[in-house]
Amino acid sequence: MSNETPTNNSRRNILKGTVAIAAASTMPLIFSNKAFAANYTNEPTGSTVTFGFNVPQTGAYADEGADELRAYKLAVQHINGEGDGGMMNTFSSKALKGNGVNGKKVVYVTGDTQTKSDAARASAKRMIEKDGAVMITGGSSSGVAIAVQGLCQEAGVIFMAGLTHSNDTTGKDKKANGFRHFFNTEMTGAALAPVLKNNYGTDRVAYHLTADYTWGHSQEGSIRKYTESMGWKTAQAVPTPVGAGDFSQYITPVLNSGADVLVLNHYGKDMVNSLTQAIQFGLRDRQVNGKQFEIVVPLYSRLMAAGAGENVKGIFGSTNWHWSLQDAGSKAFVKSFGKAYGFPPSQAAHTTYCQAILYADACQRAGSFKPSAVGAALEGFKFDGLGNGPTEYRAEDHQCFKDVLVVKGKENPSSKFDVLEVVEVTPRAQVEYEASMLGGNLGPYNNG
Amino acid sequence: MDAFILQVLNGLDKGGAYALIALGLTLVFGTLGVVNFAHGALFMLGAFCAVIVKKVLTLERVELDPTQLTAWGSPVEIRTHYIEEWFGDFGTLLIDFSVPASIFLAIPIMLILGIVMERGLIRHFYKRPHADQILVTFGLAIVIQEIVKAQFGANPIPQATPEMFSGSADIGVLMGFAQNTVVYPWWRIIYLIFAGVILSSVFAFLQFTTFGMVVRAGMADRETVGLLGIDIDRKFTIVFGLAAVVAGVAGVMYTPILAPDYHIGMDFLVLSFVVVVVGGMGSLGGAVAAGFLLGILQSFASMNEVKSLLPGIDQVIIYLIAVVVLLVRPRGLMGRKGVMED
Amino acid sequence: MNWLNINKNDRNLLIGFIVVVLLGPLIMEPIGGGYPDLLQKFAIFGIFAIGFNILFGLTGYLSFGHAAFLGIGSYTAVWSFKLLTMNVIPAIILATLLGGFFALIIGFIALRRSGIYFSILTLAFAQMSYNLAYSVLTPITNGETGLQLRLHDARVVDGLFGVERTAGLPNTELFGLAMSGWNGYYFCGFLAIVGFFISLRIFRSPFGLMLRAVKSNQHRLSYTGLNTRPYTLAAFVISGMYAGLAGGLLAVTDPLAGAERMQWTASGEVVLMTIFGGAGTLLGPVIGSAVIKYFENIFSSFNEGILLNAFSFLPEGLQQAFAWTVGLFVGEGWHLTLGLLFMFIVIFLPGGLMEGATRIKSLFQSSTKGSPPIQKDLPVEKS
Repeated sequence: MSNETPTNNSRRNILKGTVAIAAASTMPLIFSNKAFAANYTNEPTGSTVTFGFNVPQTGAYADEGADELRAYKLAVQHINGEGDGGMMNTFSSKALKGNGVNGKKVVYVTGDTQTKSDAARASAKRMIEKDGAVMITGGSSSGVAIAVQGLCQEAGVIFMAGLTHSNDTTGKDKKANGFRHFFNTEMTGAALAPVLKNNYGTDRVAYHLTADYTWGHSQEGSIRKYTESMGWKTAQAVPTPVGAGDFSQYITPVLNSGADVLVLNHYGKDMVNSLTQAIQFGLRDRQVNGKQFEIVVPLYSRLMAAGAGENVKGIFGSTNWHWSLQDAGSKAFVKSFGKAYGFPPSQAAHTTYCQAILYADACQRAGSFKPSAVGAALEGFKFDGLGNGPTEYRAEDHQCFKDVLVVKGKENPSSKFDVLEVVEVTPRAQVEYEASMLGGNLGPYNNG
Repeated sequence: MDAFILQVLNGLDKGGAYALIALGLTLVFGTLGVVNFAHGALFMLGAFCAVIVKKVLTLERVELDPTQLTAWGSPVEIRTHYIEEWFGDFGTLLIDFSVPASIFLAIPIMLILGIVMERGLIRHFYKRPHADQILVTFGLAIVIQEIVKAQFGANPIPQATPEMFSGSADIGVLMGFAQNTVVYPWWRIIYLIFAGVILSSVFAFLQFTTFGMVVRAGMADRETVGLLGIDIDRKFTIVFGLAAVVAGVAGVMYTPILAPDYHIGMDFLVLSFVVVVVGGMGSLGGAVAAGFLLGILQSFASMNEVKSLLPGIDQVIIYLIAVVVLLVRPRGLMGRKGVMED
Repeated sequence: MNWLNINKNDRNLLIGFIVVVLLGPLIMEPIGGGYPDLLQKFAIFGIFAIGFNILFGLTGYLSFGHAAFLGIGSYTAVWSFKLLTMNVIPAIILATLLGGFFALIIGFIALRRSGIYFSILTLAFAQMSYNLAYSVLTPITNGETGLQLRLHDARVVDGLFGVERTAGLPNTELFGLAMSGWNGYYFCGFLAIVGFFISLRIFRSPFGLMLRAVKSNQHRLSYTGLNTRPYTLAAFVISGMYAGLAGGLLAVTDPLAGAERMQWTASGEVVLMTIFGGAGTLLGPVIGSAVIKYFENIFSSFNEGILLNAFSFLPEGLQQAFAWTVGLFVGEGWHLTLGLLFMFIVIFLPGGLMEGATRIKSLFQSSTKGSPPIQKDLPVEKS
C-alpha cells in the first residue's frame, strides 16, 4: 500500500510548517476576541443589539416556524420604531420609545431548529458563539424548548420560550434564564374541565390517545387530573407513537370500550390525522351509554385546525390566543400583522411577538442586557395590552399567568382563517396553581 | 372478538398500502437492479396529484366587498368556486369526487414522471454501486419534497372522501354481531378493494401478457434476454413507469386516510424497504405477503391487551419481525439466492 | 517520525491533517464558520465518519444503523457525568466501550447476512433503539427532551474528591479545564487526529487488506477456506467504537443526549457524509462530514435580511430578484441545496469529493506524465 502517487513534498512541508507557526502565534487573538472585558455573555458594545430567532424552518412544524418568524420581524420593526407600532401602542409599559433598546438598534439572526433538540441547540449555539446574540427565542415543541432553555442557562443568555405547552418548561425543567409567555397543560386542564362539565355532564367515561412524548404525557396528566376530579372516569389512556400517520389500530379499540369521550392528546400533524380518522370511524355519530359520543382536542392550533377542515366543527379545546379577540391589543396586532402579510397571525406568532416585546421592554427598564438584571425586571412584572388581558410574569417559575381561552371548532366559518370560536375566557384566578406544585428549581441566573 | 376482527381489518388496510408501495419498489429492484430511495417521493407526488386536482376544482373567483373590512383593514373577499358557477350541481359533485377523479390525472402524470426519471437519471446508474444509487435517488427525493414544500407548505392538507363514502359501514351485522359493534369506514373498505384490484392486475399483466413474460424473464436473467435480441431496456423503462403509476395511485387513494404533506414519502420509505426485504428481494409475491403480514401484526401489537404485556411493542414490532424473519429465512419470505446479497 | 511506522505520503497526510485541525478556526473564519460549536461538530462527525468508513469503505458492508451507537455513546457519557464525575475522561472511555459492546451484539447478529439484508438488519436494530429511547425507555433517556444534567445529580466520584458543588449546573471538564468553547474543540480535534491515525494504520495493515478483500470478493475469499466473519465483525466493532466515541464527545461539548441522534435519518447522514466525501478514502469522510455540517449550520441561517444586504450593491429591482432566487436555496431551503449537491456529486464525481480532488490533481500531473495516476484509495467497484 505504499505506492501512492508520488508528489513533491518537501516544499509543501516547509510551507505547511510556516503556516502552522503563523497560526500558532495568532491563535490567542481568537480567544481574547470575545472574552475581552465582557461583563456578561455577548454584551453589546456597538450601536446594535442582536436577538436570535430559533424557529423550525424544516420538518413538520415549518409553517408554524414561518409564522413565528413573521411575528419576530414585525416585533423588531416596532421596537426600532418602524411600521405602525402594533401592540407597543396598547402595551401598558411605556418604557420602549420606538428607538431600539437602551439606545441600540435591534438586529436579528435566524436559525433552523428542525424540531430536534440537537439541531436546535446547535443552531442556538451558533447564534450565541458566532453572531453574538444576547437572547434566544422561538421554537414549536416542548422538548426543543427545554433543551434550548438548558443551553441558554449554561451559556448565560436569556431564553424567551416560543410555543411550548408542556408543564415541564416552567416546572420540573425550569431555569433562571428561561421565561415562558405561552400557557401550559395544567392551565388547559383547569380551564377546559369546567366547560366540558357544563356541556357533557359529570358522568362521562374518557378514552385518551396520547402522543408518546414529554408534552403528550403532560397533557394527559392534566386533563385526567381535572376531569377525574369532577367525576369523569378514564377508561384507558393509550400512548401512540409520534408521527404514526395511520391511527386506525388505536382508534378501533375505542369503539367498544364503553368510553363516551375521546381525548386526543395530539398536536400538529398527529392531531390532524387522528381527528380525521376518528371521525371517519363514525365516533361522533355513536351513542354510548345513552349519550352522544364526543371528541376533545385539548390544545388547538388554528394553523392545524384549518387543515382538519370540517372535522373540527363543535370540538372543544384550548388556545393561548386567537385573532378574533376584540381587546385593543389583539386588534392592533391583527391589524399590523394582517397588513404586513395579508392574513391573521396564529397563536404561535402572537406568543413570540409578545416575548420579543416583553424582553425588549425589560431590558429598557433594567437599563441593561445583563441576564440577571433583565430577569429581575421580568420577575413579578405585571402588564396589560398584549392581547391576553392583565398578565403577570410570576417570579417563582418565570411563567406568565393570564386568562385562558376555551375554544371550539366553528360551525359556520366565514373564511379559511375563521375556524375557531372562543366559547369562554377562563379567568386567571381559576387556572393559577402553586409554583411548587410542578417541582423543579430555577437556580441562580447565569450571566456567562 | 369484535376487537380482533377490527384489527384484522386495520391490518389488511395498512397491508394494502404497504403492499402497493413495496410492489413498485421491488419491481424496480428486481428488473432494473436499482435501489430507488425516491420511490417514497413518487407516492408523495401521487398524493399531491389529489391535492392539485382539488385545488384546480376549487379555484375561486375573488370579489372584494369594500363595504366590509377584515380585522386588518383590507376589504373582505367573497369567494365563489368557478366550477360551481359554471356547472352548478354537477360542479359540486365534481369537487366532492375530487379524490377518485384525481386518479385520471395521476396515471398519465406518474407515467411520464417515471419514464423521465428512468431515462434522465436512473438509467445511468444501472452499473453503478448500490451506494451511489442510494445517494442519487435520496438526493432526488429531497429535491422533490423540497419543491413540494415550497409550493404547498409543510402542514398536512387533508382531502375529504366523497360525501357518500364518508361514513362507516356496519359490517358486523352481516357476521351476526350486534348493531354498531363492528363498523368500518367506507373509504377504508374501498381502499382495500382498490389495493386488491391493482395488485392482481399487475400480477395478471406480468403473468399473462408477452410483455410481462419478457419482463419476468429479464428479472430472472437479464443478459440472456438481451442476447435474444429483445430490447430489454425499453421494456424496463416502461416497468419503471408502471412502478411509478402504482405508487402514485396508491398515494392518491390514501389521501383521505392520511392527510398528505411533503414528508409523507420519507415516512413511508424506510417502512417500504423493510417490507420489500422481509418479503425477499426481487420477489413480487413476497413483497405483497410481507406487506399484509406486517400490517396485520402491527395492528395486533397495538391492542391494549398486547401492549400491557409488552409495553412499547407497537413501536418496534415491524423491525422486530424484520429481524426474526431475516434470521430464520436468510433471504426473506420468498427471496431468491444471489439478489442484492453482495 | 519513523516511530509511527508509516510511509512518507501517509506522514504528510497526517501532518496536513494535524495542521488543518490546529488551524481550523482560522480557516473557517472567512467563510463564516469560525465558532467553536461548528468546529466541534466537524471534529466529532469527522470521527463518526472515519469510523463508519472503516466498515463501509473497506468491507463494503453498508450499515444503516450506526446512529444507534452514536446515541448510546451520548447517553453513556451523560450518565457518567450524572453519576460519576464531570471529568470527561471516564465519560468518553465508557462511551467508546459501550458503543463497541453494542456493536458486538448487533454486529454478531447482523453480520450473519450480507448485502441489503445486512443493511436492513442494522436499520431495524437502530430504529428499535430510537423508538424505545423516545418512548418506553424514558426513565433512562428522558425521551423527547433528551437526557440532561441536573443540579442534584449524584456525581459520586466528584463527591469523593471533594469537588465543590456549584450553585448552577457544573461544566464538563478535563482536570479543571472547561470543555466548552475552543477547549472543547481542541479536545475533539486531538481525538479526531488520533482516530484518523488509527484509521490510517488500519488501512495500511494486513487487517485492512483483508477487509478490502472481503469487499472485492467475499465468496472467493471463503473458498480459500478463510472465515471472513471475525474480520468483518472486528471492523463493525471498531466502527461502533468510533461512533460511541463521537457520541460521547457530543455529550462532552454539550451535555445533552437526544433520542433523535439514533433515528434512521442520523444513520443515513453518516452514510451520506462518507459517500459524499469519498467512501474508502482516508480523508473523504472527514471532508464529507464537514461540508454537510457546514450546510446545516451556515446555509440555514441566511435569511432574507442577510441576502438583501449581500446584494445591496445591485440596483433595487435586481437586488430583490437575486435575494429571492438565492433565498430558495438557503435559509429554509437549505435542504434543497443539499439534495441537489448529492445528485451533482454522484452524477459527476462517482468517487465523491475526493475523486474531484484527484481529478484536479491529475490535471496538473498528466501534462508531465501522460497518464493519470492510479488512485489506490478509490473504492473498489462492486459487481
